[in-house]
Amino acid sequence: MYPSRFNYESPSTIDEAIALLDAGRGEAKILAGGQSLVPMLKLRFAAPETLVDINNIPGLGYHHFDEGGALHIGALCRHEDIEKSTVIAEGQPTIAAAAPLVADPIVRTRGTFVGSVCHGDPQGDWAACMIALDGFIVAQGPNGRREIPVESFVTGPFQNVLAHNEIAIEAVVPAPRGEARGAYLKLERRVGDFATAAVAVALDMSGDMVLRAGIALTGVGGTTVNAAEAADSLTGSTLDADSVSRAAELAAAAAQPRSDHRGSASYKRHIVNTFTARALSGIASSNERAA
Amino acid sequence: MTIDEIKIGGMGASRRRVEDNRFIRGRGNYVDDVVLPGMLHMEILRSPLAHARIRSIDASKAWEIPGVRLVLTGDMMATRNLAWMPTLSYDTQAVLATDKVRFQGQEVAAVIADDPYIAKDACEAIVVDYEPLPVIVNPMQAMADSAPLIRDDKENQPDNKVFDWEVGDREATERAFAEADVVSKLELHYPRSHPSPLEPCGSIADFDRSTGKLTVYMTTQAPHIIRAAVALVAELPEHMIRIISPDLGGGFGNKVPVYPGYVISILASILTERPVKWIEDKTGNLISTGFGRDVYLQGEMALRKDGRILGVRMHTISDHGAFFSDAQPSKFKIGLMHSAFACYDIPSAHLTATGMYTNKAPGGVAYRCSFRVTEAMFFQERMVQAAADDLGMDQAEFRRVNFVRDDDFPHRTAFGFLTDSGQYGKCLDVGLEAIGYEQFLKDQEEARKKGRLLGIGISTMTEPLGAGNSREYDILGIKMFDSAELRVHMTGKAILRTGAKTQGQGHETTWAQIVAHELGIPADDIVVEEGDTDTAPFGMGTYASRSTPVAGAAVAMVSRKIRAKARKIAAHLLEVSEEDVEWELGRFYVRSQPDRGVTIQDCSMAAYSNVPDGMEPGLENTAYYDPPNLTWPFACYIATVEVDPVTGVWDVLRMVAVDDCGVRINPMIVEGQIMGGLTEAYAMASMQFITFDADGNCVGSNYMDYLLPTAWETPGFELHEVVTPCPHHPIGAKGIGECATVGGPAAFVNAVMDAVKHLGVRNVDMPMLPDRVHQAVTTGSDVSGMPPVRTDAP
Ligand SMILES: Cc1cc2nc3c(=O)[nH]c(=O)nc-3n(C[C@H](O)[C@H](O)[C@H](O)COP(=O)(O)OP(=O)(O)OC[C@H]3O[C@@H](n4cnc5c(N)ncnc54)[C@H](O)[C@@H]3O)c2cc1C
Repeated sequence: MYPSRFNYESPSTIDEAIALLDAGRGEAKILAGGQSLVPMLKLRFAAPETLVDINNIPGLGYHHFDEGGALHIGALCRHEDIEKSTVIAEGQPTIAAAAPLVADPIVRTRGTFVGSVCHGDPQGDWAACMIALDGFIVAQGPNGRREIPVESFVTGPFQNVLAHNEIAIEAVVPAPRGEARGAYLKLERRVGDFATAAVAVALDMSGDMVLRAGIALTGVGGTTVNAAEAADSLTGSTLDADSVSRAAELAAAAAQPRSDHRGSASYKRHIVNTFTARALSGIASSNERAA
Repeated sequence: MTIDEIKIGGMGASRRRVEDNRFIRGRGNYVDDVVLPGMLHMEILRSPLAHARIRSIDASKAWEIPGVRLVLTGDMMATRNLAWMPTLSYDTQAVLATDKVRFQGQEVAAVIADDPYIAKDACEAIVVDYEPLPVIVNPMQAMADSAPLIRDDKENQPDNKVFDWEVGDREATERAFAEADVVSKLELHYPRSHPSPLEPCGSIADFDRSTGKLTVYMTTQAPHIIRAAVALVAELPEHMIRIISPDLGGGFGNKVPVYPGYVISILASILTERPVKWIEDKTGNLISTGFGRDVYLQGEMALRKDGRILGVRMHTISDHGAFFSDAQPSKFKIGLMHSAFACYDIPSAHLTATGMYTNKAPGGVAYRCSFRVTEAMFFQERMVQAAADDLGMDQAEFRRVNFVRDDDFPHRTAFGFLTDSGQYGKCLDVGLEAIGYEQFLKDQEEARKKGRLLGIGISTMTEPLGAGNSREYDILGIKMFDSAELRVHMTGKAILRTGAKTQGQGHETTWAQIVAHELGIPADDIVVEEGDTDTAPFGMGTYASRSTPVAGAAVAMVSRKIRAKARKIAAHLLEVSEEDVEWELGRFYVRSQPDRGVTIQDCSMAAYSNVPDGMEPGLENTAYYDPPNLTWPFACYIATVEVDPVTGVWDVLRMVAVDDCGVRINPMIVEGQIMGGLTEAYAMASMQFITFDADGNCVGSNYMDYLLPTAWETPGFELHEVVTPCPHHPIGAKGIGECATVGGPAAFVNAVMDAVKHLGVRNVDMPMLPDRVHQAVTTGSDVSGMPPVRTDAP
């Protein structure tokens, strides 16, 4: 691979990294797992003057639930850490379901959860999970920290609201209001492929009552699609054939797919409908089994 | 005393591949590993547009970049008469574009610089002013009256047609159709694929002005042909050209043609008097080098009610891209397409073929097959299934009724090939038994009642391998023989060289086994070397599964020459006459006194120390082998699948493969070849195609979009064997490298079609993406896709 010439910096503290970004005046870029940025460098779609490699900053590889039940995922927590995490397997079903479907096993050893959300690829799997979960990003810049809901974090394909001198420090999933239930269904042509279409579902439930719902769609729009109407249609109701198919139809209506070599627009919409219904019915039937 | 042949790694031994020792340790020596003193680096600027006139090229900014040594454009190539080069199919191909670009990715300029980064920067600094022209991305568009003329560089080329061609008996076939009870028709497309070796193409040209010698390290499957081509095109004396093909990271047909990059690097080295390295990137490989397939079929079969095929009519329309540079050695314009139906006893057949230019990459190659045989067998087996369905006949029974019988060899096929051996019915039976055919049909019936779609697909075929006999096959007039040179050293160790060129097939392992079989020298005592034209005997290289049928036969023959001389030496050592000497593996003995004998090693020692009077010393020889015919392995592949009617996703339940490739030299390598081939077959059936949008942009220019299956989704394969030795091959082998790629795809497609045929669907084109299957299932109609891919407004 022959990228354009760039300077390479490897800070060991967050403050140093922020100072380097600040000095870069928009021409410096963070390098996390490199699984999106390096291909862009190779194709010369990205040609930053400076790469600020954050991999040598200690203490960012964590993920844990805090006392209040919120899940924190540090900037260097890899896809693989999440896939293998027992706390996430027990406590966060939407993310647990998506983890083995993100990229391929090799990419998962390097790529980061936070980097994926920052990258803003409409086909990124984690952004859909985060939107369905009402998650937010904690950003840090020269003037301190701020929280940005993922819903408004990504502004377009490969664009986010971070200032040039801000780093995303962690991603946070708020504590569920009831019992966290969820699913992530993805249609891919082959392991490691981006989604033809995928559906993230996150429900906070009390018994068979939906207290809060989030549904977001991958690969069927210019950015990750928040199927808010579909989700809202479930709030306060139970999961039965009618509510499930209504939500599935609303989700399909929210999708804005394009025809391409992965499939036609109408097919992708159909998959969103099918997968939303399958995800919700799956949750309903496992509820029944538990009851 | 008798040597255990398996223990010495002879015939039938699943000997570990000796080359893997260096490959798995990362110690292979590929072209890109070669570093020469003073070496410069070359990068090619490619066209972003599929069809455009070049108004101007301004390279002044590139020249200004420090470290840039040379910038070449088409005009500069033209001053050396190298802007265009001849192709293997007697057309011309642009080396660097002078007038127009004719496909996306076409070579427009080249920069030679101190390192590849500088070369790449300089390419970006070249300004090309293009005037876009209308684009043609499929042959139907190319035929339209209003179609722009792609090859306006050629005289006598009023349209976009490459050729019209026919073979077979038109009248007899017409009569068969007139008599038919049922005529079965099928139209489909075998999409464009790419051989996609993991190592892309590359070369290092090193012209030494002081000696006048040109050495080129090159990713080539056929180094001697390249030497001949360079001698003819560049007008350099042949003895001053040395082509070295080091370890190759796969070839699959992709590394047979001569590519512009090779030619440019050679000229660049002559001009700079420095070695010049060119290593293509993955995208360059996928968008500009030899592709596979891209053929449309209109097929018809004349059938009698009892299931007998009376005649076959095929019309193919092939897409050759911008230049007709098909890399094939036969005299037939559409390659061996007419090998179709060779395993069936058919009275009449007729094939017409039309080839068209389009604004796509040129260079149809035989991607893991003899040329066009993959298409031929796919069309055949899809037509066979459609015919069985149209007759309402069991698909296995339909095949059995029409197979050439075991006692009917040699058999002249309806298209004129001569097949020589096989047990087709037996292979089918082994396959049906293994898959549990009857039980599956019952399960399928039951499942269907519950709304589940199960399907079973069969593909049976015999394919011609091993191009070929010198009457019908040549490259640039050179006959398609192959060669082996064996030097047995004093201590009984040996070096074997052949004119073939391994790319992962395991020649270093297998050839030594043939020598071990013929001479009793342990395989570990034999080193095998290929790929250097200064040391290897002249040969035609490796493709079309020809190595074992042709070079492998030469290895056996040269070993026998060595044995004949060793026998004379043995007689001398044993002090008996030659007629009294008997041979058993590795040893000559006196017929009347079996315990009085000498080993082959004793003979080799004597060859250098104690030869009989009048005999030349040494134990070396060379054999050239011109095969009397092609070889005809047979295969039966059976897949079972389940289709999700809601999403169109299909999963392979089981895949059974029965291969009859004649005698197996190294069964493990044979099985590896079959599994690799089936994986590629599965890829083509399920996910893989090089397609284009309406503007001629290649969709599939990297591994995110051109999909190679991983271990994750590739189904398990259950392998079985039947052995019918080839009657004319010295060791009875038929070749196996390509059978599974050739015969495999139809098994998968037939299985999916079997699952959905009751819904009214007869065809879904490959790749059977879930979208396409879903559309077929919901509309009850065929999905025969024609590029470009559907795109709509954002
Ligand atoms: C073969 C392959 C297949 C893939 N398949 C999938 C898939 O199926 N689904 C999927 O979702 N993804 C897929 N990906 C992308 C992968 O998940 C990436 O790991 C992820 O998108 C980016 O994470 P990263 O850590 O590698 O980020 P990098 O590549 O290092 O960075 C990506 C971008 O985010 C910015 N960035 C990174 N971290 C931060 C931070 N802490 N603060 C601010 N900005 C930051 C970088 O500057 C850069 O612009 C695939 C990648 C490959 C190579």
